[in-house]
Amino acid sequence: MSDKPLTNTHIVMWRYYALLAILCLVVLTLMGRAVHLHIFEQSFLSHQGDVRSIRLERLDAHRGTISDRYGEPLAISAAVETIYANPTQVKLGDEEYAQLAAALGVNKRWLKRRLESNRDKQFVYLKRKAAPHEAQQALQLGFSGIYSRREYKRFYPAGEVASHIVGFSNIDEKGQEGIELAYDEWLTGREGKHRVLKNRAGQVIKDLGVVELAQSGNDISLSIDMRLQYLAYRELKAAVDIHRARAGSVVVLDIETGEVLAMVNQPSYNPNNRSNLNVSHLRNRAITDLFEPGSTMKLVTLASALESEKYALNSSVETSPGFLRLGGRSIRDHRDYGRLSLLEVIAKSSNVGTSKLALDLGPEALWDSFYALGLGQGTGIGFPGENIGQLPNPFNMQPVELAAMSYGYGLSTTALQLAQAYMVLGNGGLKPSLSLIKKESKEPVERVLPESVSNELLKAMRATVEKGGTGTRAQVPLYSVGGKTGTVHTVGRDGYNAEEYKALFAGVAPINDPKIATVVVIDAPAGAEYYGGEVAAPIFSRVVDGAMRILSVEPDKFSQLMHVNKVESSLAGGRG
Amino acid sequence: MRGDFLRHMPGADASLGKGKSFFYRLHIDPILLGLLLALVGFGLVILYSAGGERWAYVERQGIRFLAAFGVMFVVAQFEPSFYKRWSVVLFVLGVIALLGVMFFGVGAKGAQRWLQLPGLPRFQPSELMKLIVPMMAAWYLSSRYLPPSFRDVFVTLVLIFVPVLLIVQQPDLGTSILIASSGLFVILFAGISWKVVAGFGAIVASCLPVMWHFVMRDYQKQRVLTFLDPESDPLGAGWNIIQSKTAIGSGGTWGKGWLEGTQSQLNFLPESHTDFIIAVCAEEFGFVGVLALLGLYLMIVVRGLYIAVKAQDSYSRLLAGSLILTFFVYVFVNIGMVSGILPVVGVPLPLVSYGGTSVITLMAAFGVIMSIHTHRRFLSR
Repeated sequence: MSDKPLTNTHIVMWRYYALLAILCLVVLTLMGRAVHLHIFEQSFLSHQGDVRSIRLERLDAHRGTISDRYGEPLAISAAVETIYANPTQVKLGDEEYAQLAAALGVNKRWLKRRLESNRDKQFVYLKRKAAPHEAQQALQLGFSGIYSRREYKRFYPAGEVASHIVGFSNIDEKGQEGIELAYDEWLTGREGKHRVLKNRAGQVIKDLGVVELAQSGNDISLSIDMRLQYLAYRELKAAVDIHRARAGSVVVLDIETGEVLAMVNQPSYNPNNRSNLNVSHLRNRAITDLFEPGSTMKLVTLASALESEKYALNSSVETSPGFLRLGGRSIRDHRDYGRLSLLEVIAKSSNVGTSKLALDLGPEALWDSFYALGLGQGTGIGFPGENIGQLPNPFNMQPVELAAMSYGYGLSTTALQLAQAYMVLGNGGLKPSLSLIKKESKEPVERVLPESVSNELLKAMRATVEKGGTGTRAQVPLYSVGGKTGTVHTVGRDGYNAEEYKALFAGVAPINDPKIATVVVIDAPAGAEYYGGEVAAPIFSRVVDGAMRILSVEPDKFSQLMHVNKVESSLAGGRG
Repeated sequence: MRGDFLRHMPGADASLGKGKSFFYRLHIDPILLGLLLALVGFGLVILYSAGGERWAYVERQGIRFLAAFGVMFVVAQFEPSFYKRWSVVLFVLGVIALLGVMFFGVGAKGAQRWLQLPGLPRFQPSELMKLIVPMMAAWYLSSRYLPPSFRDVFVTLVLIFVPVLLIVQQPDLGTSILIASSGLFVILFAGISWKVVAGFGAIVASCLPVMWHFVMRDYQKQRVLTFLDPESDPLGAGWNIIQSKTAIGSGGTWGKGWLEGTQSQLNFLPESHTDFIIAVCAEEFGFVGVLALLGLYLMIVVRGLYIAVKAQDSYSRLLAGSLILTFFVYVFVNIGMVSGILPVVGVPLPLVSYGGTSVITLMAAFGVIMSIHTHRRFLSR
């Protein structure tokens, strides 16, 4: 094939073969290495590969929505992005810190300190619950070690109006107050998990499927009617301002079902912005604050008297000379009313009259009536921080204590308990269980008073707001209402405060077929007016007036109704 | 051009048999060309995946290959004697260029490797030296009696290590190793006795501590330390090698499938489209893919050695043998470093890794090899 131009070809050839052998050896080494890695270490290294890229991600569950009885949202969770960082991966210059801080809307020095003082940590929050567009801005900068995660933020559309009922949850969506706390478990969903493929920068490349589905929390429909809630809140807030009162509460109950239609307090707070929150504003005073119910209890005493069948509404009691001495103390009326029927005892709010009734009935009978109306015991509403109040021990009761109890001193109650008592009085003696949650079905109702007694009490309530009564300012145009005023001294550190009062009014409407029971409590009005009939009764009037229209109750004050009809028909005639 | 040669080698034309194939008239070795095309094709498939499925990478690399094959074709047209004649001139120019890099070079990442001459595109003299150094060594030794005397070997070593040291200080350890080995292969083929080889081996081994302390840069030392124990610094210097081993091993026998490798697609594998591209191949095509790639390389090297054996003068034989073995060293060093049996030195996987200059020089080398094979003179039997 070819000649041999070189003399030493065979030597060189031999070298080539030797080299070829070495070469094959080297190739075999590489192959051997490949076999080693590919086949013997395959499972280990394959697992190592998965460890780098496959992660289990948390799927946040959507917290249940809280709404009013007609579905108006009161607490809803909206999707937001939380920005966090892995400080070990973050390497930013001064300029980049400025960019990131601007995108996040945070202080640059704060950001830098937060990242640099946590250099050895793998996780710090940079901004929680940022709006999605903010998060996008921050991530678009493309700095390594900055991540975001989907979370939910709670919004409270009704703000301060419903805050005491709804309460709020903290940044981790754990209920802290109100319904959010009471029904936390029910509202909280169950976190899910899904498997994802992440690249080195920690971005999710591929969703490998859900391991465990997130389960949304359950929704709750409250018994609250937001129309009434807004109305009550507006009137209460205005009144507390006008009277320069320390605090106040209004409770409206549905008499038939026991559902709470409105429950408002002053002062209130905005659950959406709790940065400078006064802790005392958090209290749902209608449920947590106790007070002596005062004269509003005289109806209960009357109920007890009527139930004993020793008295009728027109039975008379001698209240002269306007005071009663008992055990070294004297019980006083405003003036000497003389001989009064029981109806007038209520309408004039005679302490002497109810005291005489109580002394005649005895402590146990009186206590039974108070207890039957739910005083001194839990309402079963299941609201955190509820106070149950106190009734005096009926055994071993001094006559002066018995007399005090008959006009509402020596016992304590919340606004809600007071409303519950009036609900029973207005409901023909039936006592449905109270509820802040919308009732879906009718439930068996317990009877605690004979219907006949209840009907007589309505007459007494009506007399109180009519001419000659203490609560005339509770009257509502077009609707007949009834109720009872109360004015009590507030309790301070050294017993009763001489110059500080609580103005109360409790009542039902419309009086012929009661639909709602309403209680107004104004704590420490600072103006010239402080009587329940002056301060609380007008609020009652305005709230009930609005409520009657909102609830589409037919007007029952016919004289006024006729007048309106006349006006309307004349207008109609003018048009025709 | 042919006129030139005629002056020096009268009758060269007559030696070309009329019955020679189409390819031989084009001065192309069809077997080597076929193997190279297969390798390049496979390489582009891997590159598409390794580059994050970006078509732009494949397109740019494809254009480079077209240019490189053009260079190969042109280089193959010149006779080996042409290269022999120009070896010295090229060598002197190359050393001057390296000195130029030392003083006027431009570079990136702490290394100064590029030369920007007015009117010329930016180029890397050390790449050209991969061709020129074996040419020079082959020129020198082929003009002596073979096997070379000790003095000849010494002179050749000096000729080799002047450019090598210039490249080491750039610093570019990978290239300098390749160039040194290409020169040493020439000496080896020239026929020095194995005793001398062993003696030099011993000297080199004893020089290693000196190298360690006086020549190697910190980052180079770090690489060696990391190679010895990659887990000692898993988040820093050991990261590359741990990730690439993971990529290779997790491929298993058949691989995860094209574009399905998690290590490479999710950016865990560093330099996945350049130096560590074989890890992508190993992850996605598995052991079988690595076997196929190694098989292609081995066939190319065997064909190259065959051409060297068949060469008709000692310059051609020494040059072809050196070039093809250097190519093999490329492959061995790259795969060795990616699979964790050699320290990480920046050597790309020839003809597969993404990158420009090395492709051109490699194909030029194959052009020289083809020229050697297709310019043989056949005397009628």
